[in-house]
Amino acid sequence: MENEVLLEVQHLSVGFESYNARVEKVFFNAITDLNLTVRKGEIVAIVGSSGSGKSLLAHAVMNILPDNARTGGKMYYKGELLTPEVMNRLRGRQIAFIPQSVAFLDPLMQVGDQVVGTLGEKARALQQKAFEHFGLKQSVAQLYPFQLSGGMARRVLLSTSYVAETEMIIADEPTPGLDLKIAIEALKDFRVQADQGKGVILITHDIDLALHVADKIAIFYDGRVVETADTQTFRGDGQGLKHPYSRALFNALPQNGFNLQRCPKCGATCATWNVDEEGMRCGCGDS
Amino acid sequence: MAILEVKHVDFRYGSGPWILKDISFSVEEGERVAILGPSGYGKSTLAKVIAGYLKPAGGEILWEGKPLPATGFCPIQLIYQHPEKALNPRWKMKDSLEEAGVPSEEVLTEMGIQEKWYQRWPNELSGGELQRFCVARVLKPETRLLICDEMTTMLDAINQAHIWNFVLAYAKKHNMTLLAITHNRYLANQVATRILRIPELNHVEVDQSSL
Ligand SMILES: Nc1ncnc2c1ncn2[C@@H]1O[C@H](COP(=O)(O)OP(=O)(O)OP(=O)(O)O)[C@@H](O)[C@H]1O
Ligand SMILES: [Mg+2]
Ligand SMILES: [Zn+2]
Repeated sequence: MENEVLLEVQHLSVGFESYNARVEKVFFNAITDLNLTVRKGEIVAIVGSSGSGKSLLAHAVMNILPDNARTGGKMYYKGELLTPEVMNRLRGRQIAFIPQSVAFLDPLMQVGDQVVGTLGEKARALQQKAFEHFGLKQSVAQLYPFQLSGGMARRVLLSTSYVAETEMIIADEPTPGLDLKIAIEALKDFRVQADQGKGVILITHDIDLALHVADKIAIFYDGRVVETADTQTFRGDGQGLKHPYSRALFNALPQNGFNLQRCPKCGATCATWNVDEEGMRCGCGDS
Repeated sequence: MAILEVKHVDFRYGSGPWILKDISFSVEEGERVAILGPSGYGKSTLAKVIAGYLKPAGGEILWEGKPLPATGFCPIQLIYQHPEKALNPRWKMKDSLEEAGVPSEEVLTEMGIQEKWYQRWPNELSGGELQRFCVARVLKPETRLLICDEMTTMLDAINQAHIWNFVLAYAKKHNMTLLAITHNRYLANQVATRILRIPELNHVEVDQSSL
């Protein structure tokens, strides 16, 4: 029997009003009709094209999109409709978020206090435990973000999810800049927490690391999930992957050959091709 | 002749612990050298010292046998892992892109830079999209040595391979020298003609808590 569903994202769309080069108002969808399910005890890794809406998905769930964003579709948390009010209640208490950009840290606040956050002084001991766990000196708590290296900032961000006793963790690129040992340690933590019944969304470009801990892998392209694959299919020769984009991603990894398909007609690499439900092809023949 | 010589370089921030100790190596023109190793060994600090953003406490950096020119466009350019830190948050993307001259049409096309991004602020683009701007603005003939510090760590594998393909081709065509800093040995094997391991270069005790 499958575990209880924690988060259910149905037909999510996220769009923006912005201005083009001629300063005319334009609207575009960054995410279209996206569906995703996360169950208790499960780590869902999200990999895929940069700019495909992975961070926006995380921000949409956390209700921290910028004001000019327009959303559609529905999200449910443990069966309850996830309205902005509900999210504001859950954020940091039931759902922890580790942002991709280290710029999310408050520049004017000592990092120890940021980790303790709204949880109050009872969380101070947990913060100290988290710092010890991630190999940060206790004196780091008194520093401000500009005094941290990239790897230290990343570990401060990881500490926030370690401290919060949440049911769900959304981690957006939690490992770049970390020593491999610490990166593996952090991912093992996610595994331990998932095994205790939490749900985890792990957004990452580091497919190798994700494969160590994830249960399934959702592959994103241009605001859609092109395929949700079992972790095993991403190993070996990648031939078990269904969508050509997933296989192209697999083959482009440096350890799998660093290969890019090129268009036989114009020579453009597959990084610029169009991708849809069925497959991917160069756009040069279209016009 | 070596185009870049790093000679007995030491560095620390203020009176803090030593980050770099007695680092020496040299790079020939047109070479592609990877500096490989885990974080905590000062790879990014070394990159900034070579690019002239930080002054070494000891030793020297020689460019074509002389200290780096203090004025004009620096022949050594650096691309960081974190594009959000390299861009001015109060500038529109177009202004950052064209700060030191408009990139060539070829570079803009190959980097997949879209005009609709020009009027946006940096926080309105994804990490990977920002990095394309950072790459595009340094790919110009005046750049003689390009230091790529974890340049594609924030990118998916397809865009990583695409950008590296183009940077390698561009470097070849313009006889640009490359220094790639990475923790990924597979990537180092793919892009470099020679690999230096940072734990062997840097003679410093690594403080595990400051990685
Ligand atoms: N505030 C905004 N205004 C307009 N467009 C935006 C805004 N924020 C993001 N976008 C666009 O939405 C798309 C998805 O962005 P997102 O940051 O979610 O990508 P991502 O998948 O996380 O990429 P990466 O792997 O590079 O971090 C991008 O094309 C980006 O340009
Ligand atoms: Mg992102
Ligand atoms: Zn074509």
